Amino acid sequence: MINTIWIVLMAGGILVAGFQCLGLDYSSVAGLTMNLSFVPLTNLTKGLFDSAKASVNLAMGLIGIMALWLGLMRIAEESGLVKLFARAVRPVMVRLFPDVPPDHPAMGAMVMNIAANMLGLGNAATPLGLKAMQELQKLNKVKDTATNAMATFMALNTSSVTFIPATVIGIRAAANASNPAEIIGPVILATGVSTTVAIIAIKTLQKLPKYRMPTVETASAASEGKEV
Amino acid sequence: MFQGIMNGVSAVAIPVLLLAIVGHGWYKKVKVYEAFTEGAKEGFEVAVRIIPFLVAILVAIGAFRASGALDLITGLLSPLTSWIGMPGEVIPMALMRPLSGSGAIGIMSELISTYGPDSLPARMAAIMEGSTETTFYILAVYFGSVGVKKTRHALPAALLADLAGIIAAVVVTQMVFG
Repeated sequence: MINTIWIVLMAGGILVAGFQCLGLDYSSVAGLTMNLSFVPLTNLTKGLFDSAKASVNLAMGLIGIMALWLGLMRIAEESGLVKLFARAVRPVMVRLFPDVPPDHPAMGAMVMNIAANMLGLGNAATPLGLKAMQELQKLNKVKDTATNAMATFMALNTSSVTFIPATVIGIRAAANASNPAEIIGPVILATGVSTTVAIIAIKTLQKLPKYRMPTVETASAASEGKEV
Repeated sequence: MFQGIMNGVSAVAIPVLLLAIVGHGWYKKVKVYEAFTEGAKEGFEVAVRIIPFLVAILVAIGAFRASGALDLITGLLSPLTSWIGMPGEVIPMALMRPLSGSGAIGIMSELISTYGPDSLPARMAAIMEGSTETTFYILAVYFGSVGVKKTRHALPAALLADLAGIIAAVVVTQMVFG
C-alpha cells in the first residue's frame, strides 16, 4: 500500500513539473504555443532538498519531548499507576465484552492495551494488544473467523480515546508551536466521538445477517464445500 | 465557553498528569529519578527510528507539492470537503491517516513546516493525527498474528469510526481555532 502511494507521489510530482516546463499555453485559439523553461524542475529539486533537511530537524527536536514522556511513563509503570488505571476502566470493559469471562487473561491484556493507547504509549500498546488477540483466539471456536469480542476490541483499539497524543505534541513542540499541548482537549473530544461511533457500529453491525458468526457446523460444512 | 473548556483541559492535562505520576511513584517508593532516566533513553531511539520514514514521506510529498500536482488534487476534492470545513491542504492527511502511520506523521510535519505550527491546517492535521489510527495496518497485524482471515464487521466498523473521528477533528478544530 505505502509503496504505491510513494511511487505515485514521487513520479506524479516529477511528471507534473516536467509537463509544466513545456510552458504550453492553451489561451490562444490559433494554436498551441510553447515556452520552454526549467524553473518548475529546479523548484522541484529545491523542494526535495528542503524536505529532506526539514525531516531531520523535526526528528532532532522530537528527541527531548519523547525522552521526557517515556521517562515519566517508566515511573508510572514501575509504581503500578498504569495497572491502577487499567483497573478503573475494567467495569466498562466487562460490559463491552459479554462473551469474555471477567477473569480471563484476555480481559487483562485488553484492558492494559487500551490503557496504554489512552496514554499515547503506542509502542507499549502493541505487544499487549497482540497478547490479547492470542487470548481471544483461545475462546474462538471457528479459528479463521473473528469473534464478536475480537471485532469489538479492534474497533475500540483503532478509535481509542486518547488523553495524551505524545508524538503529536512532540512534533509541534519541535516546530516551536506557541502552545504544543493545546490539542489535548480537542483530541479527547474527537476520540470520544469516534469511540462512541465505533461501539454503536460494532454492536449494530454484528446483528446483521451478513456479518453473523458462523457456528462450528456451518463453518466446517462451508470449508468442506469449498474443497469438493 | 466551549473554547475555554477545551483550552482549560489542554492546559491542565500535562501538569496534573506529571504531578500524579511523580507523586504516585514517590508514594510507592519508586526510585523516580533512575526510572525516569531509564525510560528517557528510549526517547532518542524513537526519534532516530522515525528519521528514514520522515525523509521518505516528506521528500515525496515535497515533490508532489512543489510540482503543483497537490494543488490539482485538492482543487478537485475541495468542493466535497469544504462543506464540513476542511481546508484543501488537509485533504491528503485525511486520505493517508488510515493507510500509513509514518505517512500521516510525514504529512502532518509537512503542513507544520509549510504553514507554521499555529496555522489552521497544521492544527487540524495534528488533531486528526491524535484522534484516529492506522486502521488497515492494525487490523492486518492483529488479525494476522492469530491467523484470522474472515474479519466480519471489524473493518467496516473501524472505518466508520475513522470517518467519525476525522469529521469530529475538523469540527472541533473549527470551533476551537477557526
